[in-house]
Amino acid sequence: MKLTVASSPHIRGNFRTNRIMLDVVLSLLPALLVGVWHMGFRALVVTLVCVAAAVTSEWVYCKVTKTRNTVVDGSALVTGLLLAMTLPHTVPFWQAALGSIFAIVVVKCLCGGLGQNIFNPALAARAFLMLIWPVGLTRYVGVDGVTAATPLHHMVMPALPEESLQDMLLGNCPGSIGETCALALLLGGGYLVYRKVISVRIPAAYLGTVAVLTLVFSKTGEPIQWMLYSLLSGGVMLGAIFMATDYATSPATPVGQVVYGIGCGVLTVVFRYFGLFPEGVTYAILLMNALVWFIDRITPIRRFGTQKGGAAK
Amino acid sequence: MKRLFFGGIHPKYNKEMSTKVTTFHTIDPKQVVIPLQQHIGAPCKPLVNVGDKVLRGQKIGDGEGLCVPVHASVSGTVVAIEPRPHTSGRRVEAIVIDNDHQDNAIPAVTNDLPLEQLDSDQILHSIREAGIVGMGGAAFPGNVKALSAMGNVDTLIANACECEPYITADDSLLRTEPEHVLEGMQILRQVLKPSRLVLAVEDNKAIAIEKLRGILPNYPGIELAVLPTRYPQGAEKQLIQALTGREVAPGQLPVSVNCAVFNVSTYAAIYRAVRLGLPLTQRIVTISGEAIAEPQNFIVRIGTPFHDLIEVAGGLHDKTERVISGGPMMGFAQSDLSVPVIKATNSILCLLKDENGAAENPVCLRCGKCVSVCPMRLQPLYMYRFTNAQRVDELQRLNILDCIECGSCAFTCPGKLPLVERFRKGKQMVREANAK
Repeated sequence: MKLTVASSPHIRGNFRTNRIMLDVVLSLLPALLVGVWHMGFRALVVTLVCVAAAVTSEWVYCKVTKTRNTVVDGSALVTGLLLAMTLPHTVPFWQAALGSIFAIVVVKCLCGGLGQNIFNPALAARAFLMLIWPVGLTRYVGVDGVTAATPLHHMVMPALPEESLQDMLLGNCPGSIGETCALALLLGGGYLVYRKVISVRIPAAYLGTVAVLTLVFSKTGEPIQWMLYSLLSGGVMLGAIFMATDYATSPATPVGQVVYGIGCGVLTVVFRYFGLFPEGVTYAILLMNALVWFIDRITPIRRFGTQKGGAAK
Repeated sequence: MKRLFFGGIHPKYNKEMSTKVTTFHTIDPKQVVIPLQQHIGAPCKPLVNVGDKVLRGQKIGDGEGLCVPVHASVSGTVVAIEPRPHTSGRRVEAIVIDNDHQDNAIPAVTNDLPLEQLDSDQILHSIREAGIVGMGGAAFPGNVKALSAMGNVDTLIANACECEPYITADDSLLRTEPEHVLEGMQILRQVLKPSRLVLAVEDNKAIAIEKLRGILPNYPGIELAVLPTRYPQGAEKQLIQALTGREVAPGQLPVSVNCAVFNVSTYAAIYRAVRLGLPLTQRIVTISGEAIAEPQNFIVRIGTPFHDLIEVAGGLHDKTERVISGGPMMGFAQSDLSVPVIKATNSILCLLKDENGAAENPVCLRCGKCVSVCPMRLQPLYMYRFTNAQRVDELQRLNILDCIECGSCAFTCPGKLPLVERFRKGKQMVREANAK
């Protein structure tokens, strides 16, 4: 009998990478289904194109570079799914596929692969597509099939959107495939928190900051309405719950996570108020992505056995 | 559930495996191997020669300084004094005794003076002469620890958390001989004069708790603290935090926060030494795990080889992957089963291959789970990266030396990183740099 002599611990928990990815996929399904329900079959096809392109490009990348096949960890699937959630269902298929390939090959694999990338692959791909084909990425079609302005376009005027708050909650408004139904996104987020895949710190800090800023600096005479529409419109829910919580591109320390969430919230409001586009979530999160290591590093360590932060002497 | 210390995990405990057999088997091995070092400090020098006849309880090794003696655990003949495999992984000088199976013991001097007439020096002397060390695993000489705590302790703690999965040695002790533990606590109270005397146990030991509640009225002043089960509650710093809210500062000992912690087996050994005049020649050992036929607790003579115990417990499964001295979280994997049970061996754990075991290609996802479970509030993911990068300055900034190697981070890591293994290297690098 050959006994293994290895370091402790000799047992490990059953918390696995692919289980985490499966949980993320499950948590995205409600929002995706509502999107498909409202926008039609094409939304589903766009999603499948994104997922297929992401998984295939990772597989090809591993083949070409002769590295271990990492498709099984499920992260490419999640990236494809997340990218689809940020796209309008009218986007040309080839653009969607190109976005996925960019996300996987350039943003993830070339930066070292799973856990090593600096920027959120789905959001970086969306930013990439936005820069080249701004028209295709912002052509939203309403429930009635007519090209329509999203609630955020109204808010730029500034004015409260035509949709009721209830419609916004249920996703009954134009927008990207996965961003419209706040209720479904919150449900998915709740599931991820329940399964301990994410902590509530980043979404809470992010959404809380947006809420406070839009309440205090309301652009209309009805600050509470303005705040609620600000939270429910555009990609802020999707961003706060699913994008800003991406492990590789968010801080690992509890205090760092709060700082990061607040940063995302501030930048989102600043970009929405003063930026070129009505939406600011993508660039807010990408900018904060770049600061993640720095944030973790400057987060004071409250060392065990010392009452305040900093090293004990 | 209220968190009484930072972080922590809930592994699968598997304690019921070894408590199905409720009586202790004893075992009379053909030969015992008594290492001359079973404690932290200086090794003993042998007091016997090859060929000498020895009695059970006879002192066969002792030394100066931070050292406690070792005793023969059987009667018989010394057949060798030579380096032998030891649970630490090294070979350690040991006295090998062939058992004559007569079990002739040196006469024990009992002491039934009332507690208040027991003298501190006499108690400490008895503890030393009995060769008592911390039996929870640390194996620090008991008398030295007690001496250093004299006059500085307001809280004296008996640790029966036994937070490592599988192990039920302390649990069995409390089920069968709780009086010995409580008597031992009273004896040490005479020395240390604490204002609070507390026995800490996790709430997964219902039978032991019931037994203790039944007899505690006979032991005024001893408090029973039933803590919510969570690993690593039994780690000294975490237990002190859970019971008193105090945090032992980096590099300091419990006495710096006016606490002293001894394992319940140590208290029982103190009782046996002071009252019954018996040196430490036996202890309770759990033998458990999926790879052993009949998991149970034994009363084992110190020096009994692992393979003897494994044989009596029905033998190993063909697919046994690891045999561990200690628990699954912090124990040491053994390659040679001729190693003996020593004073600090609380468990022999036999495990099959873990399906969740180390990955071939460990990858850090940066999920941060390691940060949230670390009871010392460290940042394992960065410690791992900077150990790999050999960045001593960063490891110092991250206080890597605070790591207690409890394994909570590695247990939780979805990327299956070899965290603890790497941290031992990282700590070594920092110690070497600090020494320069």
